[in-house]
Amino acid sequence: MTFLTYLISGLALGSVYAIIALGYTMVYGIAKMLNFAHGDIIMVGGYAAFFAFNKFGLSPVVSILASILVCTLLGVIIERLAYKPLRQASSLSVLITAIGVSYFLQNGSQLIFGSDTKIFPAMLMEGSLKLFDGRLMISYLTLFTIFTCVVIMTVLTLFINKTKIGKAMRACAEDKGAAQLMGINVDTTISITFAIGSGLAAVAAILLCSTYPSLSPTLGSMPGIKAFTAAVFGGIGSIPGALLGGLLLGIIENLTKAYISTQLSDAIVFTVLIIVLLIKPTGLLGKKENVKV
Amino acid sequence: MLKVKDLKVRYGMIEAIKGISFEVDDSEIVTLIGANGAGKTTTMHTISGLIKAASGSIELDGRDITKLPAHKIVEMGIAQCPERRRVFAQQSVEDNLFLGAYTRKDKDEIRKDLENVYELFPRLKERSTQMAGTLSGGEQQMLAMGRALMAKPKIMLLDEPSMGLSPLLVREIFDIIKNINSQGVTILLVEQNAKMALSIANRAYVIETGRIVMSGTGEELLNSEDIKKAYLGG
Repeated sequence: MTFLTYLISGLALGSVYAIIALGYTMVYGIAKMLNFAHGDIIMVGGYAAFFAFNKFGLSPVVSILASILVCTLLGVIIERLAYKPLRQASSLSVLITAIGVSYFLQNGSQLIFGSDTKIFPAMLMEGSLKLFDGRLMISYLTLFTIFTCVVIMTVLTLFINKTKIGKAMRACAEDKGAAQLMGINVDTTISITFAIGSGLAAVAAILLCSTYPSLSPTLGSMPGIKAFTAAVFGGIGSIPGALLGGLLLGIIENLTKAYISTQLSDAIVFTVLIIVLLIKPTGLLGKKENVKV
Repeated sequence: MLKVKDLKVRYGMIEAIKGISFEVDDSEIVTLIGANGAGKTTTMHTISGLIKAASGSIELDGRDITKLPAHKIVEMGIAQCPERRRVFAQQSVEDNLFLGAYTRKDKDEIRKDLENVYELFPRLKERSTQMAGTLSGGEQQMLAMGRALMAKPKIMLLDEPSMGLSPLLVREIFDIIKNINSQGVTILLVEQNAKMALSIANRAYVIETGRIVMSGTGEELLNSEDIKKAYLGG
């Protein structure tokens, strides 16, 4: 029974990783860049929800929406100001800029919000579901987190595969020049991608902060790196890959903490990543493209 | 229809196009022929807005489009079927065709044009749900041309449609180009297969290292001794 508890909470942690990993993987797929500031957008999302709820006394739903709005705008603005001017630059310049943006956000929020840790309010549901005469307890928050992940994945997959904008995004991911020849505005498409990824970061922020309720300016870096790992693990650029990578990473991390060692859990997670990449360099679901000439 | 005036294009320090001028009139087939690296594809990409001109102008029906972004140029009525086809390998044949009509809003007309493309290329209809990456080279060429047609262009830019295809297929593709042209679409064709291109072209320009060195009707150039020596294998 305890195994099942660990497994389910691992699944919830993995769901959060998966939602964050989507941001990395979509931006990589379309803009071909690693947005290392993505983790820090999570942090901003956490603070936005915190202030909306605690300081402005907004309802949980409105606070969540406010946080999503703030992150979406932030993501689009960062792309416009920091990355768009580098569209023709080398990928190394873009990478370094992304790291710069990450530090900018961390230090900026330290300046604005202070470096002290704030307690994130319980704005989502409390309580637990008791099964098997109370031998198995799963918090509603855990269930809600997994449910949210499933909904996001379903909606996003439908969006990417069925809508006109989604198909345009996939076209840009494959060949930007050819996409332009179709009349697709690549800049707009990249903005939309950043908007979606950053909006999802806000959702992840609220789920994460509700589970581990402490807010600090660096809160986004570790989940950010783990989710990035998850994206690479699953095959960067692939949406199902982000889901699979996120879930596996969460489960492995939680089971390691439970049965092997809390201190070693990150080391073991990254060891698994290295092994997977040695065997399959494109990640679990990453495609090797075969181009016919 | 299309007027290119004193166009210059640079890649960094290198001037790839050194001031070329040419015109394509309504419902003509005009071809640019020349060797590898002469600047044919660069010219096409500059017309489509993928590369910015250093100087000179490009006009479509009297409107200056030199500085417009690529997606606006498609909207204006210039569709390109690019070199090496560049179909979206991971999307279905039909989705590729619909992407060709991306800038259009007239749903019923798009449907009709889709049927027209399927009539022109029955093989695409058979494979409409297949991923474009699984098509053969010839089929991908047909898809790329169909995709460009879906934009309902006034003028279609065709870059090396014969590349990598068997002689039989090349003939088929060129018949289709003539057919498309007879439906009222003006064509600017870039080819290394000079003989084929000249045989269907109303007029032709010969481009050599970024300059136009000769022009005339397709027939004139086919019979020119210089062209025969340089491009038609004696």
